[in-house]
Amino acid sequence: MKKLNIHWAAHTILILLCFIMIYPVFWWIGTVFKPPEELTSPSFWPKEPTLDNFTQGWNAITNYSFGHFYLNSFQLVGIIVFTTILSCSLVAFGFARLKFPLRNFWFSIVLMTLMLPTQVTIIPQYVMFSKLDWLNTYLPLIIPNVLAIGVSGPFSIFLLVQFIRGIPNDLDEAARIDGCSSFGIYWRIILPLLTPAIITMSIFTFLWNWDDFLGHMIYIQSISQYTVSLALKLFVDAQSSTPWGQLFAMSLLSVMPGAIVFFFAQKYIVDGIATTGLKG
Amino acid sequence: MGKNKVLLSVRNLRAILEGYAFISPFLFGFLLLTLWPMLQSLYYSFTDYSMLEQENWVGFANYQKLFFEDTSFRNSVKATLIYVLVAIPLKLVFSLLIAMLLNRKLRGMYLYRTIVYFPSLIGGSVAVAILWSKIFGVGGLVNEALLLVGIEGKNWIGIPETALGTLIVLAIWQFGSSMVIFLAGLKQIPHELYEAAAVDGAGKGSVFLNITLPMLSPIILFNLVLQTIGGFQMFTQAFIITNGGPMESTYVYALYLFQKAFVEFSMGYASALAWVMLVLIGIITLIIFGTSKYWVHYESKGV
Repeated sequence: MKKLNIHWAAHTILILLCFIMIYPVFWWIGTVFKPPEELTSPSFWPKEPTLDNFTQGWNAITNYSFGHFYLNSFQLVGIIVFTTILSCSLVAFGFARLKFPLRNFWFSIVLMTLMLPTQVTIIPQYVMFSKLDWLNTYLPLIIPNVLAIGVSGPFSIFLLVQFIRGIPNDLDEAARIDGCSSFGIYWRIILPLLTPAIITMSIFTFLWNWDDFLGHMIYIQSISQYTVSLALKLFVDAQSSTPWGQLFAMSLLSVMPGAIVFFFAQKYIVDGIATTGLKG
Repeated sequence: MGKNKVLLSVRNLRAILEGYAFISPFLFGFLLLTLWPMLQSLYYSFTDYSMLEQENWVGFANYQKLFFEDTSFRNSVKATLIYVLVAIPLKLVFSLLIAMLLNRKLRGMYLYRTIVYFPSLIGGSVAVAILWSKIFGVGGLVNEALLLVGIEGKNWIGIPETALGTLIVLAIWQFGSSMVIFLAGLKQIPHELYEAAAVDGAGKGSVFLNITLPMLSPIILFNLVLQTIGGFQMFTQAFIITNGGPMESTYVYALYLFQKAFVEFSMGYASALAWVMLVLIGIITLIIFGTSKYWVHYESKGV
């Protein structure tokens, strides 16, 4: 009997908490369907639902529709995810399966870069990229990922190393006796087995780069190259006095890719955080 | 014999080269995009570099100005410290409590976890910053809700006393990821410990203090360090929601550094700021690790 009561208490607290936590999101969703005169209502339910906020917001920025910015974002983040998978899985295989001097030292460097604030490197990196004439291109945002040191690089290396260490060595050894090279073992044996961990790191790589704002703002200048984050900020600046239903609709759309990935791949996300214990 | 040795060392060399070839992307990345830039920014911090003209060596002038003349620097350190010292402990306490609630094999645990984690997933985006500025804005959700119960709201974002508070609430709203880590940690505490405590007739509070907390302490340490380091770098939210105002009450460190580096292009001065930030974070991390021997319990020490 007592146990039952405790359960009920826990449920009550959790339901109340979830309600408070999620209400802003409900309100956000409701608001995007409201006409301008209903915007300030604290109720999330639109009385006269409309799609105007979407249709007008989509084309609110002169010369470019939001479709253009989505294409930019998907293109940029797609390349980043792809290069991060390749570079980090190579590096992780090296750390987890090969023996070489200073291996532990370099691995501890990986863990250190995980904690290093970006602010310490961002200024000289900017100077370097501007000397290479890479400003206003996506290269400064892509190249660090090719070199496994992007926003999600060290995290991905760490996650993949942990995962590879859990794969039994027998397969490698059998392949090596058959004359398979290290690269062959990486490519044909380990990489296919890594799929779950690669899904996890890809999701985080996608989310963090999709949401990145500082990097995009520093390196991308012309509106035609803008990503969704930058377009939203442009929208905020342009819209300070007008009804904000449109702004809300476009911001809500911008988190949809992340939300969709989250609901379909929740398991991978939770496993990823639990094994590496990282930010989010 | 000699030939064998040569063969062996050739094979060794091959293995070494192979290992380094695999980790070479990271090696180049670290040397070119982390280590070298760090040294450069250390050098810049002793110059008046501005990207427009050749830099001049100015010795400690940047640091001197920073510590003794710059009120914005003081405000930014103050705002950042308040933010970190209030938001991070609250976030951790909160996430631990919720994790303990969720750890009771409740029905619907997955649904609760999904809902509670969702804000963490989207929290760093420009979109959520926009949402937040309307929630705490003049005609926003909070004020309208307060009006329903007859309380006159205020411009939470526009008043120095409450502006930083709205950013702190936003940080706490995203407690989901540390909660998931705590939840994973709680699941790993051996059941026998709780059973033994029950046999001894230990009360709930004593079980929490003598079993749960010590067993979880390495994870608390881990969360504390990572969240603190992350807290110091908060940028997007402050940039979009308050833009440092009012009266520099939310002028967090990363925002001030951005202003100096990429708006005013005082790269030398901004580099000094970056190094002060690094040292500050280093000191705080060392303090946390230094005290950890008094409160973090490692099983290997023998139970």
